[in-house]
Amino acid sequence: MFDLLGIPPQVLMGQLLLGLINGSFYAVLSLGLAVIFGLLNIINFSHGAQYMLGAFVAWMLLEYLGINYWWALILVPVVVGATGVVLEKLALRRLYHLDHLYGLLLTFGVALIIQGLFRNYYGISGLPYQIPSQLSGGQNLGFMFLPNYRAWVVVASVIVCFGTWFVIEKTRLGAYLRAATENPTLVGAFGINVPLMIMLTYGFGVALAGFAGVLAAPIYSVNPNMGADLIIVVFAVVVIGGMGSIMGAIVTGFGLGVVEGLTKVFYPAGSAVVIFVIMAIVLMIKPEGLFGRNA
Amino acid sequence: MKKTVLGALTVASFGLPAMAQDNIEVTLGVLNDRSGVYADLSGEGSVVAARMAVEDFDAASKGLDVEVISADHQNKPDIASNIARQWYDQDGVDAILDVPTSSTALAVADITAQANKVLIDSGAGSTALTGEQCQPTTIHWTYDTAALAKGTGGAVTERGDTKWFFLTADYAFGHSLEEETMKIVEESGGEVVGSVRHPFPATDFSSFLLQAQGSGADVIGLANAGGDTVNAIKQASEFGITQAGQSLAALLMFITDVHALGAETAQGLVLTEAFYWDHDDDTREWSARFEEKFGSKPTMVHAGVYSGTMHYLRAVEATGSTDGDVVAEWMKANSFDDPLFGEGYVRKDGRVIHDMHLYEVKTPDESTGEWDLYKHVSTIPGEEAFLPMEGSGCAFANES
Repeated sequence: MFDLLGIPPQVLMGQLLLGLINGSFYAVLSLGLAVIFGLLNIINFSHGAQYMLGAFVAWMLLEYLGINYWWALILVPVVVGATGVVLEKLALRRLYHLDHLYGLLLTFGVALIIQGLFRNYYGISGLPYQIPSQLSGGQNLGFMFLPNYRAWVVVASVIVCFGTWFVIEKTRLGAYLRAATENPTLVGAFGINVPLMIMLTYGFGVALAGFAGVLAAPIYSVNPNMGADLIIVVFAVVVIGGMGSIMGAIVTGFGLGVVEGLTKVFYPAGSAVVIFVIMAIVLMIKPEGLFGRNA
Repeated sequence: MKKTVLGALTVASFGLPAMAQDNIEVTLGVLNDRSGVYADLSGEGSVVAARMAVEDFDAASKGLDVEVISADHQNKPDIASNIARQWYDQDGVDAILDVPTSSTALAVADITAQANKVLIDSGAGSTALTGEQCQPTTIHWTYDTAALAKGTGGAVTERGDTKWFFLTADYAFGHSLEEETMKIVEESGGEVVGSVRHPFPATDFSSFLLQAQGSGADVIGLANAGGDTVNAIKQASEFGITQAGQSLAALLMFITDVHALGAETAQGLVLTEAFYWDHDDDTREWSARFEEKFGSKPTMVHAGVYSGTMHYLRAVEATGSTDGDVVAEWMKANSFDDPLFGEGYVRKDGRVIHDMHLYEVKTPDESTGEWDLYKHVSTIPGEEAFLPMEGSGCAFANES
């Protein structure tokens, strides 16, 4: 087989696959952001902290209650989503009639508080969380060793992403949701409890962040800053995909993971900035984002 | 009324003449990272260690009035410089302790020399502190990148893992650690088959690890720190790199990092430290007292702050002065025998010479508790562990 710029095809295949895996995290996280922004017009800056919360709650369930990974996968999004519901009911709700900036500032402040609290109690070094025994080990694909857990991450993310897309874009519930954001008064007049729906939507977006946190716990360091390190990249993904576009968030999440993976082979030093370079280019050419509906 | 107060004051001052005249006031400032990536390995623990030193030295009965204060430099040189200036100029601080992150340490070293105070650095790793950018009032206590490279790089190569691949954090610290280790590897008969520089900080290392795997190296040297090292090791085990026969060498790792990984993931790692809590009876006794106050085991940085403070207080007691040059000179002229670091001395360039130890992380079966993590492999005598003073680039130390 031919070499591409001195990179053997096996290596290239491996990196493409790894990019897809990283893209899974970007996709699930940016999906949550897109749901919250698209339906609530809230720029949820505490998304990174909620992702971190997901990983920590998974760790706490195991450490204090002996609840394993599989239960955590279901329980953590519920718990983290519930914190989102509380946040929405107590604080965010009061800001809907104000400029986006206020929601951004509030959620940013909340993120700093959550991170600070966890740093205070658990320190900065992180906590150990093992890969569940059913998913340890891996497959030799010939061109690379694929850990079973990573394969699971891709599968789980794809299911969750497309499930979410389907519910919002293709079902009656999704139609209500979209209608409620367009014209809450009119939808309310049809007897639909709009505030409740908005609250649960925010809770769902936050639950997605918690879900990503559980997926990340066995492979990344579980520490209070894990979300802060990732959130900026995820915001860039959302901007590239088009703020509020569900499909845009999913496709660009996976796509940019692959682009970043390839950069790590050809020019490793650039892998930290490549997404932002793409973001700048997209903003210049198509300011509403690749999948954006309106400017 | 006025008279009685005055009278009382007069009586008081006559009644306690020794206290009023002879006591030397000493203010120690612990300047380190209290909220960022190095907060666990330095942070509040270093303040606890400094206070323990003041208590154990029994400073009060020796005529020293010691106060310990602290601040967060957030790993930023400009913030560190501002705090150091304020401490020296306005708050009467006599010595600054700890200062992790090389860039902040170098900035504080300059300011300390100008103010004629003392910097006893425990947390930073750069050899420049006692090399090209050395200052007569800098004492570099615990470790440096050269000693880590010597310990881990030398031991692993001599063990028979001769082909190295480096995974290097793309900033000054990573580059220097990589360079120092490459030198040691080549001197010990090993060879460097490749290296890759990753952004700092990074979350996902799988791509870089795959490149390391493809290089055919025996050992992957991790020239990074903190969360980066933890993530790289976690993922190396996931991708079956260690199971496939390649080993990992963490060039800078603290016990807090190993604790974060757990013995399951970290087992078999070889690393170099100046201090381990379970090394001997003395370290165990001290660490137990430390844990009682702080809540977790001490790192080598904490231990270095304790021992450095002890030696500093000895110097102040002996010289009756807090002038930087006087105290630093005494500290260099007098060797120490320390419960935590053993016998050692401060070299003319400020480098503290003490033994370093090579440890291997225990397997989960060998480990009996969450902090029971290391087994001792070998001791590297201080004279061999650190760079020789000649050719280090420290001008004042190599004069005459």
